[in-house]
Amino acid sequence: MSRLLAGQRHSIHFTLNGRPCAGEAEPRMLLTDFLRHQIGATGTHVGCEHGVCGACTIDIDGKPARACLTLAVQIDGCKVRTVEGLAPSADRLGILQAAFKRNHALQCGFCTAGILMSLDGFLREHPRPDEAAIRDLLTGHLCRCTGYTPIVRAALEAAAEMTDDLSREKSDA
Amino acid sequence: MKPAAFDYVRAEHLDEALDVLNREGSDARIIAGGQSLMPMLNMRLAKPRTLIDIMRLPELSRIERKAGTVTVGAGVRQASLLDWPELGQSLRLAAMALPWTGHAQTRSRGTVCGSIAHADPSAELPLVLRALGGEVHLCSARARRRVAAKDFFAGMMATTRADEEMIEAVSFPADQRLCAFREVARRHGDFAIVACAAVATTDGVRLAVGGVADMPTARDFPRLDGSALDDALNAFAYELDARDDVHATARYRRDLVRMIGRDLVREVLQ
Repeated sequence: MSRLLAGQRHSIHFTLNGRPCAGEAEPRMLLTDFLRHQIGATGTHVGCEHGVCGACTIDIDGKPARACLTLAVQIDGCKVRTVEGLAPSADRLGILQAAFKRNHALQCGFCTAGILMSLDGFLREHPRPDEAAIRDLLTGHLCRCTGYTPIVRAALEAAAEMTDDLSREKSDA
Repeated sequence: MKPAAFDYVRAEHLDEALDVLNREGSDARIIAGGQSLMPMLNMRLAKPRTLIDIMRLPELSRIERKAGTVTVGAGVRQASLLDWPELGQSLRLAAMALPWTGHAQTRSRGTVCGSIAHADPSAELPLVLRALGGEVHLCSARARRRVAAKDFFAGMMATTRADEEMIEAVSFPADQRLCAFREVARRHGDFAIVACAAVATTDGVRLAVGGVADMPTARDFPRLDGSALDDALNAFAYELDARDDVHATARYRRDLVRMIGRDLVREVLQ
């Protein structure tokens, strides 16, 4: 058993987007604040801070999670993925990001990081989703300016492109 | 919105968690998936001095079917129960209600027992436990006991759990009885304005309602139809003592209980 005392900072070691990462946090520090203020990964956005809006959604050990409903000390030893991990390189967009851009699936971009992370994990587990499944997943996110229609369109287009890529890889093999 | 300061205890064995609870009582709170407790901490509606994390205890993450009972450990996430291959055969009502419990992004973290411990009157899992007549398995450093769902919920986010006790598991009777579930919420996955569950009984139907009274409430009805059923449901709707709030009026809630209740009762009795 380990007891991490209030008011003291404790070291946290985890994997962020495939790379080892470490920082320090008091037990009460939310993962959102830890990622943004301690690690400097500001791609994860902070909206409602009680799990409703979905802006801070990230991936912990392969599953979606609200970073605002997670304590920084809880991710010690975990694999964390954030929106910064989606692009294959600094000057290229990932398939999902490119589909969002083509379809005008974002305007202000506040909700986008969370939606991208939800969809990224979902499409890996469900490579051929229908529109209803995408819309069901999006109930976990609030978008107040773009509207959901272009987001759904972008998600379906990215899914089609990803499965196309997969089948091409198989036929080339 | 940031939590007040607390010590964070990562338990490696159940005994350690129970020992801390025994010493610190109501100053300590168990955290599992955190999807109910973390908002309370962020809003400072809860200010425990110690949080005890039980998610690294493998013995709590089991789902077991034994002798007609499905037991779900305190570490089982809602998504894990939803993905359990036997869910459709063993717990049909839970299979119907779980997709309404939060969103995919919260079910991946939130636990079944955590939702029941939180005892929100609008939550689906307490309603399912109440409708099926399940039990809550409580343990402390000194003793273990089981409490029937009807005796566990004690009011708005209140239960009969003692300060030094934690929920070790909940158990649901597994069966093939006909059942039905329906919910009305502002957004799919939000807390229910009204949620209803109906389960066939030997001589009729049990209707359980969430989101209206200060806890999930169930009533057994004999086989009724027509105006006799309408009258019985109307009386039940009034007994739930609905209140007006920002989401809906009391009158709208009673309307939903009457309408959804009639549909579900007919569905189960047909």
